[in-house]
Amino acid sequence: MATAPQLTAASTGDALELRPSGSWIAANGSDLEVLSNAVVPQLEQAKSLKIDMSGVSELDTLGAWLLEKLSRRLASGDHPTEIVGISENNAGLIEEIRHVNRHNPPPFRPRNPVIVRVEAIGRSAWGSSEDVAVFLQMLGSLCIALLGILRRPRSLRLTSLVYQLYRVGWQAIPIILLITFLIGAIIAQQGIFHFRKFGADSYVVDMVGILVLRELGVLIVAIMVAGRSGSAYTAELGSMKMREEIDALSTMGLDPVVVLILPRVLALVAALPILTFIGSMAALYGGGLVAWFYGGMGPSIFIARLHDAVSVTHFEVGMIKAPFMALVIGIVACSEGLRVKGSAESLGKQTTTSVVKSIFLVIVLDGLFAVFFASIGM
Amino acid sequence: MDQSNEQFAIRVSDLVVGFGRRVVIDHLSLDVRRGEILGLVGASGGGKSVLMRTVIGLIPRQGGEIEVMGTGIGSTFDRRTQAVAGRWGVLFQQGALFSSLTARQNIQFPLRENLALSDTLLDEIATAKLEMVGLTPEDGDKFPSELSGGMTKRVALARALALDPAIVFLDEPTSGLDPIAAGDFDTLIKTLQKTLGLTVFMVTHDLASLNTVCDRVAALADGKIVAIGPMRDLLRSEHPWVRAYFHGKRSLMLQPKAS
Repeated sequence: MATAPQLTAASTGDALELRPSGSWIAANGSDLEVLSNAVVPQLEQAKSLKIDMSGVSELDTLGAWLLEKLSRRLASGDHPTEIVGISENNAGLIEEIRHVNRHNPPPFRPRNPVIVRVEAIGRSAWGSSEDVAVFLQMLGSLCIALLGILRRPRSLRLTSLVYQLYRVGWQAIPIILLITFLIGAIIAQQGIFHFRKFGADSYVVDMVGILVLRELGVLIVAIMVAGRSGSAYTAELGSMKMREEIDALSTMGLDPVVVLILPRVLALVAALPILTFIGSMAALYGGGLVAWFYGGMGPSIFIARLHDAVSVTHFEVGMIKAPFMALVIGIVACSEGLRVKGSAESLGKQTTTSVVKSIFLVIVLDGLFAVFFASIGM
Repeated sequence: MDQSNEQFAIRVSDLVVGFGRRVVIDHLSLDVRRGEILGLVGASGGGKSVLMRTVIGLIPRQGGEIEVMGTGIGSTFDRRTQAVAGRWGVLFQQGALFSSLTARQNIQFPLRENLALSDTLLDEIATAKLEMVGLTPEDGDKFPSELSGGMTKRVALARALALDPAIVFLDEPTSGLDPIAAGDFDTLIKTLQKTLGLTVFMVTHDLASLNTVCDRVAALADGKIVAIGPMRDLLRSEHPWVRAYFHGKRSLMLQPKAS
């Protein structure tokens, strides 16, 4: 059915006659473009143009546009263009195409690449100050929402809070147990392996105990939660934003911060200390098992040494940090979710930003806490 | 056999589609002639969109045969379906524009994937399509989230028509448009059908569209086509659902003014 397209040009003096034939359809698009570009030099010398369409078996928008473009190239220099042999089926299409692309787009001006670069740096610097403002704004609106709850405790979304606790707390337990167990075991194995060289392998208990309770337990759990629950918060709120669900809430006189964000952040603040405790215990358990089977230190000795090595202060230091880290993760995740624009790409971008930023801030916060606890002697 | 293939763009015979134990399409047969505009009406949730999505291969079927332009469509999305897909364009109900591409890039996407064309020509074709569906070249630089409902439909139609397909499937093309825009859309579809020789399969609730642009109307009820034919035949149909649909309060404008 479809036949190969052809374009023959015959010039008599200043007059050029073009005879397209075959299928001038999109499926032959690349051939058609080559064909129509090939006659351009002849067109530029011609004074008048005649296009004989009688050989065209099939025509669609693409083919019609290419022919129209050829005729326009000449018609612009107020020379006449004549199109003959249009079949009845194609007349409407050719008429339609004659009206399009009449409007000249503004010329595209390339910009100086150095200025573009400098502008990008400036914008990202400005953007980071905006990040601080967004973070503080979210913290502020959470505080206001919390004050509102304290004044009218019944306005707390209890169902939502319990459901979020189930999702970020209860459902996270298996993976947190597994990861922290493995981390504890790896630390103990490395400690025993290296300490054994100078006969200090019993000190591995001190190392595992202090490291896990003070730093690693809370840090690993916070990073896991940022990746697991923070990203989910951002994606949920972002897609709600995209589908105007958040706008719908506002028009019903409900505050999205109270309805959506506060239960999520409170759930994180409540769940992270519990998860940290569970994670720390799993890590100590993993360390203890390795000490038993790899280091030959029985459980009773391990527990006795642990009792001497760690004080309740170490445990407190770890646990105090947990709710603050949860707050940072929750605020970053929710505010990034609200910054999602209309496209799927921006949802992905904001989710990535949310995870990267909350892990970064969790580590910075851990550093600040280390300085603080050192200065108060804990 | 060739005779029938020449005459019909889409042939559906004995089609069965269901989800779990619920049967949505129950031994349905439907032929769409080449070059006609077929309107499909049916109750909400009655399987109109399911029928359309099954024909284009998005929903697996449990029985029956579907032929599009003489090629059998497999029961799930496979290569053969994709080969036919170059010959059809689909306008989804919500537009389904790619949200990270501009309107112009959305229209160029099928062209860019299927043909080796220069960027200049791609831009010109995209602008031509935009103007054919009644938008300005400036609208081409907007992202889908910046377009109004009517503009989204127009851009989606332009994308569906990008490769000048033989068949276009339209899922409620005029829903959510004001009467003027809907009327323009009807005229546009009619013009494109005449100029490009399109076959149009249109799911719609818009009585005005059915009356003005559709060559034939098919009524889907209880998973079957209960009536098919030109609008005046459907108005005379005795089927209770068809009577309720076309003789309800909203349909008074379709009634003959006589008596």
